[in-house]
Amino acid sequence: MYGKGLRALSFSTVVAVTGALTLVFFYAPLDEEQGFLQKIFYVHVPLAIIALCGFVLGALLAIAHLRTRDPRWDMRSYVVIHMSLIFALATLITGSIWAKGSWGHWWVWSEPTLVSFLIVFLLYATYQPLRFAIEDPERQARTASVFAITAGAFVPMNFIAVRLASAYLHPRVLGNTSNLPGPMALTFVVSLVAMGLLFATLCKYELTAKHTRSQLRALRRRLGALPDTPSPRRSAAPGQGVAGQRSIGARVAGGGAAP
Amino acid sequence: MAALEVERLARHYGEREALRDVSLTLAHGRTLVVFGPNGAGKTTLLQIFATLLRPHGGLVRVLGNDLPDQAWRLRGRVGLLAHEPLLYRSLSARENLRFYARLHGVGQRRVHELLQALELSGRSSEPLRTLSRGMVQRVAVARAVLHDPELLLLDEPYANLDPAARDLVEPLIGASSGPTRVLCSHDPAGALAQADQVLGLRDGRVALAGPADQVGEDEILALYR
Amino acid sequence: MSATGQRASERGAVPAGAGRRPAVSMRTAVAALLRKELLVELRTLESVPGMSLFALSTFVVFHFALNRNTVDGDLAAGILWVTLLFAALLGVNRLFVADAEDGGFEGFLLAPVERGALLLAKELALLIYLVVLELVAVPAFVLLLAPPFAHALPDLLLVLALGDIGVAVVGTLVAALAVRTRARDLLGPLLGLPLMVPIVIGGARASSPLFAATHAGSPAARWLATLALYDLIFGLIAYAVFDFLLED
Repeated sequence: MYGKGLRALSFSTVVAVTGALTLVFFYAPLDEEQGFLQKIFYVHVPLAIIALCGFVLGALLAIAHLRTRDPRWDMRSYVVIHMSLIFALATLITGSIWAKGSWGHWWVWSEPTLVSFLIVFLLYATYQPLRFAIEDPERQARTASVFAITAGAFVPMNFIAVRLASAYLHPRVLGNTSNLPGPMALTFVVSLVAMGLLFATLCKYELTAKHTRSQLRALRRRLGALPDTPSPRRSAAPGQGVAGQRSIGARVAGGGAAP
Repeated sequence: MAALEVERLARHYGEREALRDVSLTLAHGRTLVVFGPNGAGKTTLLQIFATLLRPHGGLVRVLGNDLPDQAWRLRGRVGLLAHEPLLYRSLSARENLRFYARLHGVGQRRVHELLQALELSGRSSEPLRTLSRGMVQRVAVARAVLHDPELLLLDEPYANLDPAARDLVEPLIGASSGPTRVLCSHDPAGALAQADQVLGLRDGRVALAGPADQVGEDEILALYR
Repeated sequence: MSATGQRASERGAVPAGAGRRPAVSMRTAVAALLRKELLVELRTLESVPGMSLFALSTFVVFHFALNRNTVDGDLAAGILWVTLLFAALLGVNRLFVADAEDGGFEGFLLAPVERGALLLAKELALLIYLVVLELVAVPAFVLLLAPPFAHALPDLLLVLALGDIGVAVVGTLVAALAVRTRARDLLGPLLGLPLMVPIVIGGARASSPLFAATHAGSPAARWLATLALYDLIFGLIAYAVFDFLLED
């Protein structure tokens, strides 16, 4: 069920990524101020945008889980959040590299977007420990969904707060995407699309793998499990006995029967 | 209409099945006694009837209400005496019962009556943590019947109770108290005497079921082997 | 309600029907729950003294660590809010512990009351603890760290109120999330800290002008708006998701 379309998706991702890389290295003009380093923008910003969208998507999937109680939604929510966390980490790393190259520091506290990201990252880093700390799988799924929804609402809130709090220092390149010169804008959009496809493909892979594994487990259980041995006891009540127990389940006569 | 109608009830815990294929019917005012070794699913069954757990499969109808969708209609009509007393240890018996009375919309006079009936008045103002287990169990009984439930779910109610205390709680939760009862017990002789129907669980499945007069003590004991 | 023995005869074969007693109103339920919360806290004194002492010690530590006679502006605001936040997290940790240990959840779930009543009661309780904490901590802060503190009290109270509501809402939610896990003492702060960052930012930025060394001003409207928005959003979310945390 999950494997459908995986090949097509992977293929389009490869095409998009290749296209994006080509554009980045051969088409996009060199930035006068920052030189070659500026090209990391085409990786860093799409990573950031996709990660944030991923977190919000995780929240939406969690809402679906709570409403339908279908564990598949929880699985999807988990995979999406997990992947977004990885993308967020990549955002932080690429942002750090860029900062070091541009301003000479590995980390800049006055940079609101980076700081917001760090906070969001720290928050979502607790998602997996939270899940593992709950043994009952259903309660685990439900608690995780509640967390995903809360954290999803937190993401925009956090960005607003941090943005308001700091002087806006992000490189002018980011300031207004509408001001990006044509070639840069095109490269950016292609990179964004490629990143989105990459995210979708990776999520699909992980979902398919998990789904297959659980199907395998179910099959194995059904094949390897011992057949139910009925109790050798005979019960005097009607409908009981070995044959009765082997079938659907004992039925107890209604309360009308006088004791 | 029966008080309890259960058909092929299933409840799992992860990949383990806590209950499977459990079916039974219980008329109003009757007593069902559930036997079974620890881990057989007795407590799970009771908690499902109490609407604390949802059934994962099958049909459960309590007092005419389908679970889990109509569970909200049952609140306040079911009384549960669980393994845990469900009482705040730092508060006194009176404070605990008053709190639950308010939550159930029951008057304070009832609290007073119950404390007297269970001979707890003397120590009703001391924190529960200072009382013996038997006394705490009595307070738990009071909590369970505080709101005059139509269905009483009793999980080993006589544990920790000495004979004198048993006599005190008997009119409230015993066979003659009135409500439909589901009782979990490890005491074949005693419980069988009060039972109208018997259910024996083992590993989550029904191993034994029938009217009480047709079930022998030895069959019940065999469940535990 | 009649005495215990009389019911047997009337009960015989009561058909299932609508409840015989009207459901308990939200207000009664919240009042009963809040009363119980405060009673338990008064008896056990597990939250408020710890929170207050922690705040006091922290200010003392700052006093010595900073080696200054006075703090002002951003520094003062920052110290105040961070200390309050950490103290609050201590209280958050203890919020549902009595219920989890003594079976209070089950007892509540059996009652004919709306689930949201528990959330509201806990939020109110935490809010009360925070107010008591601040009654101790803010004077201590003024005494120990001597910020310039002219006529800023009403403004400060407003900012504190908005921040307290946010902490109460998110703290209760986080406590409910963490209480049924195995690592509850760790997960509470771990979940709570990032979520409460906007409160610290908003609170500190809003109160910073109040502690300014010269030309003390009033809180910028946008920070008050941020805090209010945060309170509203998370208040609604908490109310929407809380039921799911309680059920099984």
